[in-house]
Amino acid sequence: MTMSEHTSKAFDADLQDLSRVVAEMGGLAERQIGTALEALDRRDAALAQRVVAEDAKIDALQREIEEKAVLTIARRQPMAVDLRDVVGALRLSNDLERIGDLAKNIAKRVGALDSDFGLQPVMRGVEHMTELVLAQLKDVLDSYAHRDSAKAVAVWRGDEEIDAVNNSLFRELLTYMMEDPRNIGDCIHLLFCAKNIERMGDHATNIAETVYYIVEGRTLAEERPKGDTTTSMTNNVAFRS
Amino acid sequence: MTMANVQSSSPHSAAPIPVVSHAASTVDPSEAKIAVRDLNFFYGDHRALKSINVTLHTKKVTAFIGPSGCGKSTLLRILNRVYDLYPHQRAEGEVMLDGENILAPGQDLNLLRARVGMVFQKPTPFPMSIYENIAFGVRLYERLGKSDLDARVESALRRAALWDEVKEKLNANGLGLSGGQQQRLCIARTVAVRPEVILLDEPCSALDPISTAKIEELIDELKDDYTIAIVTHNMQQAARCSDFTAFMYLGELVEFGTTSKMFTTPNDRRTQDYITGRFG
Repeated sequence: MTMSEHTSKAFDADLQDLSRVVAEMGGLAERQIGTALEALDRRDAALAQRVVAEDAKIDALQREIEEKAVLTIARRQPMAVDLRDVVGALRLSNDLERIGDLAKNIAKRVGALDSDFGLQPVMRGVEHMTELVLAQLKDVLDSYAHRDSAKAVAVWRGDEEIDAVNNSLFRELLTYMMEDPRNIGDCIHLLFCAKNIERMGDHATNIAETVYYIVEGRTLAEERPKGDTTTSMTNNVAFRS
Repeated sequence: MTMANVQSSSPHSAAPIPVVSHAASTVDPSEAKIAVRDLNFFYGDHRALKSINVTLHTKKVTAFIGPSGCGKSTLLRILNRVYDLYPHQRAEGEVMLDGENILAPGQDLNLLRARVGMVFQKPTPFPMSIYENIAFGVRLYERLGKSDLDARVESALRRAALWDEVKEKLNANGLGLSGGQQQRLCIARTVAVRPEVILLDEPCSALDPISTAKIEELIDELKDDYTIAIVTHNMQQAARCSDFTAFMYLGELVEFGTTSKMFTTPNDRRTQDYITGRFG
């Protein structure tokens, strides 16, 4: 969406600055997810520790966005699309901060996993899910950078696939746990990792909604296609098999 | 345990995007206090207003915004025919006040201006006492006894949130008041003749923030009883104190809608550019 410049050039600079920090935060969040998964895959405690330490940077960027947004509101009294831009940046930074926390949580679990852990099929599922989430996050950050509401809607609709993989992982892990109780500890940690990644996907759809709101001035309706069925899965699957 | 049932296809279909629609911004037309229809206005040969259609809703505040020279003040000046005082100025079209065209010949202009009061940009108190500033206008339209007149002056000053500041010095000259007080005195003077519509032409442009806040507070109270139109260059003021907003540009009414809609998601690109400070 092209937008002509403000009479006050400093106002343009303020808004661009805000978008730039959000983009930086998004890039950092993407990197954190990738690194956390790498650490999980290789059981690399040192790498995991780096993810935990890097999370402070994401938190700092969130505070920076909040300060810039509040200052812009106080100084410029933004209206219409500008106001949505500023409010949108605040919302985006919240979602990105949560994504960062979830990546950190995955990294923290690396040390708890048994190094002889042999659940490679499950790990491949987790990796696949991560790829999907990273693609979603990349697309939604692109949609923000270009203020492209159509692309945001595509991300918003694309979350179902992640839910589907999460459901299948849940079933697999359940099976492994029932096969051998010694697997339970590791499986629980992986279950949380999968859940964290699934939550990241939800935050990506939140961001998609925010981008849509910034561009169009309307909110996407509540009825997003939802595919997470794990909440009721044990009732009808686990104890019958 | 089967996996097949969880492999759903990726739904990137071209289904219509569901959106939450905005609350309807339309209002029952029967609530129109003033309905302007196809209004054109000329300063000599210059056409200052071009086919304006707009409605002032009963007991609502309507703000007129737009860059200088767009015709907002001109439009306001038509609503009580102040322009009639000047030669070479003429209006074409209809301005219906309660269904009656005030532009039609044979209108009693004094009566019209009692029904449609106006407050200007610069405070314009008469060079007389605070009391007389208000009583003067009332006497033009009504014969009231001393006690009734006193009561009318007091109630007008109370409505304008000025009573407590001037009750001890009603005989002091109105010009001795501060700018903000003078403006509130002018509003009291307008209210005293019990109009139905109040037109405010940039009433706060010469006032400090506290006086401005008092006037805005006043507008909020007055709209319980009056239909109000306000011209303002202060976008935040329009956003704060109006129910409807009209954006004018180059003599045309570009967009009219509820204030909440106009300042968050205007339809017209020119409205958006203006309210966000991107104009020109």
